Amino acid sequence: MAERLNVEVVDPERVITSATVEMVVLPGAEGDFGVLPLHAPLVSLLRPGVVSLFENGRPSRRFFVAGGFVEVNEQGCTVLAEGVEPLEEISRAAAEQALKDAEEDLADAKAPSEEERARLERAVAIARARLEAVSQATS
Amino acid sequence: MPSLKDMRNRINSVRATRKITSAMKLVAGSKLRRAQEYAEAARPYAAKMAAMLANLAAAVREQGEAPPLLAGTGKDDTHLIVVATADRGLCGAFNSSIVRATRRRIQELKEQGKTVKLVCVGRKGRDMLRREYGDLIVEFVDGIAGKRRIAFADAERVAAKLLELYEARAFDVATIVFNRFKSAMVQIVTFKQLIPVEAPEAERGGEGPRAIYEFEPDEERILSELLPRNLAVQIYGALLENAASEQGARMVAMDNATRNAGEMIDKLTLRYNRQRQANITKELIEIVSGAEAL
Repeated sequence: MAERLNVEVVDPERVITSATVEMVVLPGAEGDFGVLPLHAPLVSLLRPGVVSLFENGRPSRRFFVAGGFVEVNEQGCTVLAEGVEPLEEISRAAAEQALKDAEEDLADAKAPSEEERARLERAVAIARARLEAVSQATS
Repeated sequence: MPSLKDMRNRINSVRATRKITSAMKLVAGSKLRRAQEYAEAARPYAAKMAAMLANLAAAVREQGEAPPLLAGTGKDDTHLIVVATADRGLCGAFNSSIVRATRRRIQELKEQGKTVKLVCVGRKGRDMLRREYGDLIVEFVDGIAGKRRIAFADAERVAAKLLELYEARAFDVATIVFNRFKSAMVQIVTFKQLIPVEAPEAERGGEGPRAIYEFEPDEERILSELLPRNLAVQIYGALLENAASEQGARMVAMDNATRNAGEMIDKLTLRYNRQRQANITKELIEIVSGAEAL
């Protein structure tokens, strides 16, 4: 297959990776989806989850993202992510601890304002997705 | 006429100052390099985000309904100025040029009968503006400019404050003032409008109409996530530029100071030696004329 897909994963502080691959699988806000070369132009929100770059039919690199946006156009696929971590660098114990901390923060918050509550709930959701991502990767 | 001892002390004190300024120059130089790297590393994200925003804004505009962050409140009575300065001095005109530009802008806006509010990021700007415009300062964000590496989370903190104020309808237009980094020698005081977002024009490819994007979920949902994020990105970019400018300005200022101290030492040493020689001559004359008198 001659067609290849340019992928860039960028976070606000730096470019995480820039590569050409066969396919990318992204955690879209309305469900996971794969992007192959010549995909129709698309802009989507991302939910916390795993971005996988595929090579030879297998995921070659995987990143956890806490959220962000993706833009697909004729030049390739650009992931504007936040909280990016290579999946293999997250330890299961740390992810479990992070989830517990986030849940405690939410439980401890006394009469939080609406925004504060939304922020804490978001943190919990991210921590949960992170733990899930790690469990799936190791099992 | 100062005594020889006084002059010696003076020379030594200038020497000590020169040591400090030259060390500060070296430190600023290495920090500058790092700050520049960070500023450059953050650029791709900002550029991509601007492009995406342009596409979205174009799509939403065709449908009419734009969110207030994009469309504004429909008035421009109250202006909010975010003054981004350093936490420390000894960096030439870096802080004062920002403050001067801010003062001028406040004056202009006041003459037009607008209300002005200030948000200070960085201690120096607050200290300098407090005396004159203390009642205008609504918010002060501390502990950003002094950091080794400005984290994106810091910019998000500032952005969250702005959004809070905006939602409370505390202002209509927000602008950030910072020093754009051109080179170590040249920094340009820049005003950049943050809210309402000045949507960048979508760049048009040479051939045919632009690609039509699919949006998932819909444009409005994406835009409502993207706009606050974009605000943080804009602020982050400005803070990074500012950090690089600060180090550049400090490097140049300290280089000048070191050179001045060197000149001063040369001049003082010359005067010291001349004085010493004069003293010796005088003593000799005293001895000789004393011997002659016998």
